[in-house]
Amino acid sequence: MRIQISTGSSSPIYRQIANQTRYAVATGRLAVGDPLPSVRALAAELVLNANTVAKAYSALVRDGVLESQQGRGYFVAAQREIYTRRERQRRLKKIMDPFLAEALTLGFDADQIQAEVQKQLGKLVRSGQ
Amino acid sequence: MMNPIIQTKRLTRYFDRQAVVRDLDLSVPPGQVTALLGLNGAGKTTTIRIIMGLLRPTRGSCQIFGKDSSELSPDDRMRIGYMVEGHFLYSRMSVRECARFQGAGYSRWNDTQFDRIVKHFGISQSTRVGHLSRGQRAGVSLALVLAPDPELLVLDDPALGLDPVSRRALNETLVEFAADGQRTVLLSSHLLDDVERIADRVMLMIDGRLQVDTTLDDFRRRVAGFAVEVDVVDSDRVAAIPGLIEARRLGPRLHLTVADADEETSAAIERLQATAVEPIELPFSDSVLAWLSRSRNQHSFLGRHHAGEST
Repeated sequence: MRIQISTGSSSPIYRQIANQTRYAVATGRLAVGDPLPSVRALAAELVLNANTVAKAYSALVRDGVLESQQGRGYFVAAQREIYTRRERQRRLKKIMDPFLAEALTLGFDADQIQAEVQKQLGKLVRSGQ
Repeated sequence: MMNPIIQTKRLTRYFDRQAVVRDLDLSVPPGQVTALLGLNGAGKTTTIRIIMGLLRPTRGSCQIFGKDSSELSPDDRMRIGYMVEGHFLYSRMSVRECARFQGAGYSRWNDTQFDRIVKHFGISQSTRVGHLSRGQRAGVSLALVLAPDPELLVLDDPALGLDPVSRRALNETLVEFAADGQRTVLLSSHLLDDVERIADRVMLMIDGRLQVDTTLDDFRRRVAGFAVEVDVVDSDRVAAIPGLIEARRLGPRLHLTVADADEETSAAIERLQATAVEPIELPFSDSVLAWLSRSRNQHSFLGRHHAGEST
């Protein structure tokens, strides 16, 4: 998995790292138990302040995406249900609203949007296996 | 904060009758990278020179390592690496000779470190300094400054005029230097994208004063943007928005940059009677730009009107 960050973005760098890592885990590019580069190694590779990388990793540990093993580093955690059903719904709605707004603005209708979602989901599920 | 490495108290410096630095209370914490930002003439270089003991304050005080900066001993000075643009190098010396020449003056000198940094900038040590590119000369300066393993690194606009490859090599070296959190970096820079990569904290100087002094994350969190569509701009009402940093006309919309936006901010924006208000997430560089524009736009915060604008 190769992380690429952009400066001058409206998204802070630590969030870019966290989101790309989340995506890699969600799509199976990173499997449970896979090690992640150390904070310093990733910071050196991306030419970033090590604290920024540490912040991204902390957020991922807090969200249960990664776990930190004393003396050994960071690994992809087994996915646990850490949110209540209600919280998960809330979070889903939060990402769905802008996505739907954008899709509709682009001129797609409800059927087309649903078809595209099905298609992409299918691909993700297949590549994760 | 833990004992700051650098601390100024009401630091003021006049040149003739012009106050270039005014009432500066500045603290640089240990173990972090602090970026000092500001327009040319904002007082950054003067502040840095006072910190380094090269210039005396007119009023107020400045301390490094808990001592007055004009009273540093040679041993104290060895703990500080200072790099200015155009760090003087003898052009007829080879890189290797520079190292030997400089290294002779230090009790602590790491040859391996010097070699590594110089190699990182793609420099062959037998080359004469006069034949190096600007970026490579910066690399030699940096290597000379870091070889004594200083605790504190002070850089004044180190990337000025550097080609992109040398700039990246500079950033890589700084990131590595600061990575263990045991060393402190203070750097003044105009390159906001580089600052976004490597800094922990930002300090903004405007017209000789410190206007912002906080962590990068806190700075980003506290600055918000709004794109407002109004037919008629009421300057007084815009000026009354609490925490307004900048108001800029861009086509049909007014772009507002606000610090610490809250309900009062929203209420004040509502009073503009806009047809649309859209929050914008700002890149770090835009937030800084908004702040730095303040001194330029002191009297007309809406900026210049262009011919043909209806308002």
